[in-house]
Amino acid sequence: MKLKKSTINNIISFGIVIIAFIICQTMISTGVMKRSLKGQMIPICVYIVMAVSLNLVVGISGELSLGHAGFMSIGVFSGIIGSAWLEAIGVTNEVVRLFMSMIIGGVFAGIFGVLIGIPVLRLRGDYLAIVTLAFGEIIRNVLNCLYFSLEGTKLHVSFNNPSIPGTILVNGPNGAKDVSKIATFPAGFVLILFTLVVVMNLINSRSGRAIMAARDNRIAAEAMGINVTKYKMMAFVTAAVLAGMAGALYGLSMATVTAAKFKFDTSILVLVFVVLGGIGNIWGSIIAAALLTVLPELLRAFADYRMLIYAIVLILVMLVTNNPTMRALLSKLIPRRGGAQSKGGAAL
Amino acid sequence: MSETVKRRQNTKMVPAPSQGIIPERDLYVSPVLEARHLGIEFGGLKAVDDFNLVIGKTEIAGLIGPNGAGKTTVFNLLTKVYQPTMGSIMLNGHDLHGMNTVQANKLGIARTFQNIRLFDNMTVEDNVRIGLHNQISYGMFTGIFRLPGYWKGEKAQHEKALELLSIFDMQDLAKVQAGSLPYGAQRRLEIVRALATNPSLLLLDEPAAGMNPHETEELMNNIAKIRDQFQIAIMLIEHDMNLVMGVCEGICVLNYGRIIAKGTPDEIQSNPTVIEAYLGKKKEG
Repeated sequence: MKLKKSTINNIISFGIVIIAFIICQTMISTGVMKRSLKGQMIPICVYIVMAVSLNLVVGISGELSLGHAGFMSIGVFSGIIGSAWLEAIGVTNEVVRLFMSMIIGGVFAGIFGVLIGIPVLRLRGDYLAIVTLAFGEIIRNVLNCLYFSLEGTKLHVSFNNPSIPGTILVNGPNGAKDVSKIATFPAGFVLILFTLVVVMNLINSRSGRAIMAARDNRIAAEAMGINVTKYKMMAFVTAAVLAGMAGALYGLSMATVTAAKFKFDTSILVLVFVVLGGIGNIWGSIIAAALLTVLPELLRAFADYRMLIYAIVLILVMLVTNNPTMRALLSKLIPRRGGAQSKGGAAL
Repeated sequence: MSETVKRRQNTKMVPAPSQGIIPERDLYVSPVLEARHLGIEFGGLKAVDDFNLVIGKTEIAGLIGPNGAGKTTVFNLLTKVYQPTMGSIMLNGHDLHGMNTVQANKLGIARTFQNIRLFDNMTVEDNVRIGLHNQISYGMFTGIFRLPGYWKGEKAQHEKALELLSIFDMQDLAKVQAGSLPYGAQRRLEIVRALATNPSLLLLDEPAAGMNPHETEELMNNIAKIRDQFQIAIMLIEHDMNLVMGVCEGICVLNYGRIIAKGTPDEIQSNPTVIEAYLGKKKEG
């Protein structure tokens, strides 16, 4: 059977991710990897998924969304609550519980993706960016006031009122404490693979072409019978679901987590990964997310000047990747690959 | 000039029940398009006013007029890019009132653009596949998880796209990026993409702009060929009078947003009002 070019590209991509995973896993099991870096493995997976999913909105669908951390935080808390509830109803297997929690996180983030997408996707350009930013903040502030507790298998919710029966799961602004840390690095790796399957297959399908058509030329896309709002919504909600799943994984890897962690900065951080890796370039997002998550850890030697160096590195990378001579050199070294990357050309 | 085009000129135009003229052969089938008293105002300025037109089921109609006469505005009204402030549009017996561009397209109206609007970063084939979006479809989950429907749909889209591209002998360019095509080929690709949406009325906005005389003649034959092959109506805006007079059966002349003349190419060529609109009035005395 003759394979399609996009299929071959996907197989190569998955191969590289699998090899990277095997290398990391061997480094962990043989003890070569430093302890501090080992703790970074799950956040790296989480941020890779966040960057790839945001790239679906920013790069492929061409809408600047600044509230991606909001969907992540919904995933975090619904995942934590879901995990505790699943344990209470007798799902003791940790792997099953983790994956079910991730699905719960994804579903809830998806529901909010639809709810937020309906008003937001009526807007265009800067206005859309501003409103997504606002929604990200709204989500965080609402989560700050929510209290969840579990009494047996019964779930209690209250708004601004900490006195609810049972064991407290989420304690308003103090966040979730004593979370059972069931997230594992292999689960993060599976989530990355799942994200890549979803995003790359989506791009190379009928729906993906419609999303990119709506991005490149809205008027022409509508004249071809493509319902632009529907496909923008599709990209937005898919990204929200993936962010929610990543959030659930993140929440279940931390002992304590508060809503304050998912403020505007986190959304911008993920956007930096996307922009730095190249808008519309899935591989760029993966590499940028992995490197920039590790970088602050590697720069620990610089102590107080850590964030200064981090900023300088960002600026240098921007300058170098936009330098015409460097670009010419790079394109000579790396043969241009088709499929997902070339399709996502100039997006914004 | 080829046989097909010559034959077109011998078509007899007859009056339709509603103020229009259509080819004799289309008289007993309901017309594809009926616009009645169509008009749009932009803040008091009547860009198009009292536009009445009937297009027969397999007619090739022309819309001409001096620059700024409102020709493209008429196309934007018919495709519902603008919502008309007056009048009604009937397409195949359906009233387009309150519909948007997407719904109008689904009902069978497709167009090309004066300033080419291709998806430049995509391949020629993908451009046509976007035209096929509603013709050969499968759902989002089928696409993401590559279920059997995905492979079937992609194969059908691929075959149909190549078949449509072969109208203009472009099947060899299928893998080329659309933005890198020469100008004439981009115009042809836009026509193929519009045809892919399976329209019953195809609107061409200056299809011959930027083409050389040889390419224009080829286009003329292809327009006639498309009509014969797909049995659809075609309406075109064009400044190249050789093309308009050569291929159109009925012509409608627009000036300052109003129809000033309707008729066959011969009638239009000798119409004093039309000559005046294009060349100005003869000086008295």
